[in-house]
Amino acid sequence: MTATTKSMSLIVTKGTLDWAYPPFILATTAASMGLNVTMFFTFYGLTLLKKKLDLKVTTLGNAAMEMPMMGMHMVMPNLMGALPGMDGATTMMMKDLIKKKGIASIEELRDLAVEAEVRMIGCQMTLDLFEYKTTDLIDGIELAGAATYIETATKCDINLFI
Amino acid sequence: MSNTVLDVKGLNCPLPILRAKKAIKDLAAGGVLEVIATDPGSVKDFDAFCRQTGNELVSQKEDGGVYTFEIKKGA
Repeated sequence: MTATTKSMSLIVTKGTLDWAYPPFILATTAASMGLNVTMFFTFYGLTLLKKKLDLKVTTLGNAAMEMPMMGMHMVMPNLMGALPGMDGATTMMMKDLIKKKGIASIEELRDLAVEAEVRMIGCQMTLDLFEYKTTDLIDGIELAGAATYIETATKCDINLFI
Repeated sequence: MSNTVLDVKGLNCPLPILRAKKAIKDLAAGGVLEVIATDPGSVKDFDAFCRQTGNELVSQKEDGGVYTFEIKKGA
């Protein structure tokens, strides 16, 4: 590590399939460009550290969701998410699109982040709050709190909240 | 010496960059990696990637939606 090595930290707060992408894309790309990267997973973001990922996407509360379909865009009505089985269907649609467009899976991006030695910190408070066990989470992560994040962030060139 | 070729056709952001980074790691300094991609976003991204990492983007060309980049590994 030279003194000129750039660094980035990310606070990851969301645990849905769609919102899992920005932090992992940015983390892996920054690492590939030589930055030291730290990810702090808190609240729903902590689920992204579970060994077995089962991420879903919902139309609820997302008025901007449009899915490409037969050359057009289908607006996904907000309330559709309230119907039983709808989130499952929307998730399948999204996963299908992801595969078709040559976009990496979250599992793949997370493996690449681990491989690139991205530092991953799980929020201890969230772990206690939602009663997760450390054995539910992938190996090689740290558990810590806000002070650890703040100390890291003071030394980073880029700090993002996602 | 022939170039190492990396085919990332059909892959989308950020995979072309991540795969290229891995391939460059295995090159000797001064070695050239040829990347073949179809992601239109990779044009600006390889530019930025090379500037940031000290590798040289020797050439880039487009032919029918296929982009070819030649990246020379920095010292």
